Amino acid sequence: MNAPMNYLDGNAAAGELSRIFAADLTSAQGQCANCGVKKPFAEAHLYMQCPGIVARCAVCGHVLLRLVGVAQRAFLDLRGMTYLTLDTTK
Amino acid sequence: MTWRTATVVELHDETASARTLVLAINDWPGHVAGQHVDVRLTAADGYSAVRSYSIASAPSSDRRIEISVERLPNGEVSPYLTQQVMVGDELEVRGPIGRWFVWRPEQAMPIQLVAGGSGIVPLMAMIRSHASADSTAPFRLLYSVREPGATFYRDELRALSSRGDSLVVTYAYTRVTPKDWPRPAGRIDRELIASSMWPSNLRPSTYVCGPTSFVENATKFLIDTGHDRDRIRTERFGATGERK
Repeated sequence: MNAPMNYLDGNAAAGELSRIFAADLTSAQGQCANCGVKKPFAEAHLYMQCPGIVARCAVCGHVLLRLVGVAQRAFLDLRGMTYLTLDTTK
Repeated sequence: MTWRTATVVELHDETASARTLVLAINDWPGHVAGQHVDVRLTAADGYSAVRSYSIASAPSSDRRIEISVERLPNGEVSPYLTQQVMVGDELEVRGPIGRWFVWRPEQAMPIQLVAGGSGIVPLMAMIRSHASADSTAPFRLLYSVREPGATFYRDELRALSSRGDSLVVTYAYTRVTPKDWPRPAGRIDRELIASSMWPSNLRPSTYVCGPTSFVENATKFLIDTGHDRDRIRTERFGATGERK
């Protein structure tokens, strides 16, 4: 994917995701549903110049996560990841 | 994670366009070097803007944190934080955030830090944490900065790096160098990485923070010079979109 360099890392979504998840997602490992790579969510490419947040796979560009807030509701789409593994000790 | 009230207790100018804010937060749970906070400003009409800022200070028990904010042209939040905010003002803060781009004093391996511009901020928290914990992990910092006057924490970096060899700092000036500087102004390149950084066979843990293009270039050069991608952690920043 040759998108312009206007992305951040998964790190930058951590504050918004903390509204939904008790565990820290940045250190979670996720598998891309498209290319199969397993990487920390912190390494995903994050696009925030949109109504919500879009995280793409750093390897293939596939959309991993979309999070949009409308009024008092959050819409979360995680189907771009086959699974997430989280550290539950913290 | 909830929003907490932070009181501005000190302000220091870092450069002509950047300022450090010391924030006192009564119920601050403590942080790890490298973490960030979200800062929310809300206008009288209810409009709010959220931005992420890395914590610059080492973890401590005094329930204070420091953030260093660079003023962005046309920014919505940074002009307020760098020009208007006063001691005694209150801000809303959410954090600490992130458990990936962090350094803990238990990490004894050689550490390579690579900063582009204000990307120095979370790396400075690591350097301060390293100093306050008396860590013996050898640290190297490669700090790319536009010109001498744009350098954050210059005196402190000089003092910390003159204490022995536990911190070695190399500057790369991209536009203007100090007088008689040996390397002409220019971006970091393979040669500078090869000459100033830990060799890849030492398997350093590397942290790169800066604007997205800087991080991409630095990471590419690191991989080209034999560094293991899995030992490089990155944090990119940029002008982010509006969030509520």
